[in-house]
Amino acid sequence: MTTHAVDNDNAHHHADVDNKAIFGFWIYILSDFIVFAALFATYAVLHNNTYGGISIKQITNLPVLLTQSLLFIFSSLTYGMVKAALQNGSIQKMRLWLFVTFCLGLGFVIIEYQGFAQLLHSGNSWQTSAFLSSYFTLVGLHGIHVVVGLLWMIILAIQLGMQGITPMMKTRFACLGMFWDFLNILWIFIFAIVYLMGAI
Amino acid sequence: MSIHYESATIAPSKSEAMVKTYSVGFVVSLVLTLTAFAFVDKHLLSTTALYIVVAALAFIQAFIHLRFFLRNNLSQEDSKWNTISFLFTILVMVVLISGSLWIMYNLNYNMVH
Repeated sequence: MTTHAVDNDNAHHHADVDNKAIFGFWIYILSDFIVFAALFATYAVLHNNTYGGISIKQITNLPVLLTQSLLFIFSSLTYGMVKAALQNGSIQKMRLWLFVTFCLGLGFVIIEYQGFAQLLHSGNSWQTSAFLSSYFTLVGLHGIHVVVGLLWMIILAIQLGMQGITPMMKTRFACLGMFWDFLNILWIFIFAIVYLMGAI
Repeated sequence: MSIHYESATIAPSKSEAMVKTYSVGFVVSLVLTLTAFAFVDKHLLSTTALYIVVAALAFIQAFIHLRFFLRNNLSQEDSKWNTISFLFTILVMVVLISGSLWIMYNLNYNMVH
């Protein structure tokens, strides 16, 4: 592979992805890690400030959360299958595995949404206490990122149908892969630090 | 100059290697997650030990994800810059988190005493 930038006419170069774009996206991922580090620090400081209200122990339902974790871990595997199918040039397989990944991610979002809805309906919003503020911000921002990832999958699926496999599409799938892995890593820490440690 | 072929019949090993990498990462992640969950759910250790074990398992699993999943999507060419920028980010995160916790602990102490 060479370091030539990719132009949209993909006929006559040797790189099969846009390395500059991928590195740039990596830098974005790193900056997002820092954003979440700040939110984790905030949660660490405020998680006991429940203002007499609900605490993390009462929110934590470990079997449900374990399900969320398993959904995400499986989705990383299935996205890997998307990348493998891309490597093999099989658009059919890519569509299949992308659909599976999307369903797993959607399952994750639905469970999380239901958890939040339950909290809000029982009168526990982010305005109720410092703990809840930091909890909703940290876990909520992660959830929003996951939703964006799901939208991105839909868009790529559509573009795949329109453009086929091109260097640009490969670059996009690499970036989405990085994004999805990043969200998976974040969830590992949320699961461990917010929920597992909350239940100890 | 070599021409880059991408069909399965000519370069099957790359996608097979990918699947293998993802599968190993998947199984290890699964084990680590279930282990951490089991430790907490069954309360297998003392409280302090549980905190340490959960944190350790989380870091190990994050490392596994970085190695087995994220690495495949990164550009192989920029690996030096990928690594350097990643290490710098870790430094920033360590300073940010430990510094914030230290300062807030200090402020809290001064408010109470």
